[in-house]
Amino acid sequence: MEFGDWISDARNIVFLVIALIMFVSAVRVVSSPNLVHAALMLVLTLAGAAALFVMLGAEFVAWTLVLVYIGAVIVLFLFGIMITRAPTGRDPVRLDHERRWPAALVALATFITIAAATTAAFEDAAIPEGVVRTEDIGDVLFSRYVIPFEAVSFVLLAALIGGIVLARKDPEK
Amino acid sequence: MIVNQFLVLAALLFSIGIYGVLVRRNMVLVLLSIELMLTAVNINLVAFGSYVQDALVAGQVFALFVITVAAAEVGIGLAIVLLIFRNRSSVNVDELDLLKW
Repeated sequence: MEFGDWISDARNIVFLVIALIMFVSAVRVVSSPNLVHAALMLVLTLAGAAALFVMLGAEFVAWTLVLVYIGAVIVLFLFGIMITRAPTGRDPVRLDHERRWPAALVALATFITIAAATTAAFEDAAIPEGVVRTEDIGDVLFSRYVIPFEAVSFVLLAALIGGIVLARKDPEK
Repeated sequence: MIVNQFLVLAALLFSIGIYGVLVRRNMVLVLLSIELMLTAVNINLVAFGSYVQDALVAGQVFALFVITVAAAEVGIGLAIVLLIFRNRSSVNVDELDLLKW
């Protein structure tokens, strides 16, 4: 598909803007010398992902992402940063390893491999229109996927108890 | 909209996450980079879900499962980081050499 044809669709312009915001904020997550800024930049990336989900007609997943990730997980991360009293000043040497180039090389090779594979496999396959209603997800979640759903609930319960047990101070000391 | 634009963006986010996991010393930042990679996977799942348009909405349901497991992982991960910080008063991954001989 020609780039001119692709960009003439208004939705693709929106996609390009969101993708640009996500890319810049994701780079800031892994390169920011300030821990709190890195966590807050992840909020921007996740908000972009939620916007993409809305574009794809996955509204329930988008709002779950906003509620669970931006609402709860990021707050947990900020608590983690505060509690471990990590250096909040600008000191990139203490936050990153010295050798950045091998890591960048690995990341670049991963990107090229995945992008080449998906481009070769899907080329210009278009996404059909359609919005999945929350009702449909609820129906299928409590009929076809009820056992995985219960398993995931159990995983959450185990993680909750495990988190409490791990983080609690030993009462005998 | 073509499906490949979402896949390439997800690949980009995934490789940025890999870079973060490899290069960061602070454990909390490593966990943040892992979240970045999980988000990339979620974008892939939802994009494939609306590309296939199956009756079972498998892509979105499994994206929801990934989000749930990621939340559990962050809870446990941060509890472990907290415990390590309490014992070693450091959260840098390269200073944890207890299992090295």
